Amino acid sequence: MADRIINIGVTGLNAIDSPGPGVPVIRGLREATSFKARIIGLAYEPLEPGIYIEGLVDKTYLIPYPSAGTDMLLARLEHIQSVEKLDVIIPNFDAELYSFIKLERALKTLGISMFLPTLEQFEERHKFNLDEFGKKYNLDVPESRPVVSHNELVKVAKEMGFPVMVKGKYYDAYAANTPEQARNYFDKISAKWGLPVILQKFVKGTELNMTGLGDGQGNTIAAVGMRKQFITDKGKAWAGITIHDYRLMEITRHFIAATKWRGGFELEIMKSAENTYYLMEINPRIPAWIYLAVGVGQNIPEALVNLALGNEVQPYRDYEAGKLFIRYAYDMIVSRERFEELSVNGELENITENQQI
Amino acid sequence: MSTVKIQSNIAISDSGFLFNPATGESYSVNPIGLEIIALIREGKNETEICNIISQKYKSEQVIVERDLHDFVHMLRQYQLLDNNGGQNN
Repeated sequence: MADRIINIGVTGLNAIDSPGPGVPVIRGLREATSFKARIIGLAYEPLEPGIYIEGLVDKTYLIPYPSAGTDMLLARLEHIQSVEKLDVIIPNFDAELYSFIKLERALKTLGISMFLPTLEQFEERHKFNLDEFGKKYNLDVPESRPVVSHNELVKVAKEMGFPVMVKGKYYDAYAANTPEQARNYFDKISAKWGLPVILQKFVKGTELNMTGLGDGQGNTIAAVGMRKQFITDKGKAWAGITIHDYRLMEITRHFIAATKWRGGFELEIMKSAENTYYLMEINPRIPAWIYLAVGVGQNIPEALVNLALGNEVQPYRDYEAGKLFIRYAYDMIVSRERFEELSVNGELENITENQQI
Repeated sequence: MSTVKIQSNIAISDSGFLFNPATGESYSVNPIGLEIIALIREGKNETEICNIISQKYKSEQVIVERDLHDFVHMLRQYQLLDNNGGQNN
């Protein structure tokens, strides 16, 4: 382990049933061999479980929701920076990425580096742009159309034919078999994530996932394929296994080379019965199952930090197929005083188990 | 009868656990299934495998032949055989 200490701010500590990637990202950083990490958790809510996991974060600060605007976020980060001297921030939510991308230059002047997709990359890979994205980069994508009203929804759904996928612009996806179901999902998703809602042609097949890291020059620094083995009612992987699918790897390398992708990502791909690989979604950040990649030797969080700091990073070449991750839920006992301290003061030093009240 | 070939990337353990690294799927076979897979890997064709199994277990050739056919069909269905597998000799 190198002695160099890097101060890293990490969001996404909500290790819930639809988990943020913060906790596994930090586990990867804790296992880094090229530096020693001091972790500052950046949380939106005082009940995010990652705040209280023993030995995970060194300290946590509450930060304002993206809806408060970038000025509020910057002001909060300036305060945190005056105390913590962060070297790097790893934002882990789709919904906050826009703010952080916008603030990249301002944060750099404060001494904070990030390694994020460009605004153009972030915008063009949106679900509602997937059709255009597929054409531009020569990738198979299922027909997708953004809709903003019930009338448009039903019209487009009938054109596509049922079942159709009804998707939120950031999260959530449901298969609707009837116009009535489609309308219900439209209401549910638009209330939570706003408009447009995306309608996508239903593709029957096997879902495959790929996480990776692009260096922004078109080179693949890391890429690990996974197939979900156990899925929650929210469609999240609760267990998964690494796979070696040649075509999946080829598509990933093509995606990185063609877009010159900068940063971590997750590709959701549906392999149809006819062996066509449809790109269903591009998540422009590290996924919550990232610790599986770390477990098979590709420490993507560590590589991302080094890229952010401008260090030379050797691409990972291989990984083992057949390694599983199996997630679990775990109840922590937390004193009211600790919860209170974070809620009232907006910051909380982590403590070890035997110090807990 | 035909010769079939197990895909070279399929991991097969002594316990009869099969793992396909391309798809992430895993399967279990019983000891006879494992024995048949070993014979397939040795390059034996279905007739030879049928003879070996029926002699070893003193079973009727016609029954072994039928069961072997079903087993090979299942291996093919689960994409465990080479695309070129199943060519007639």
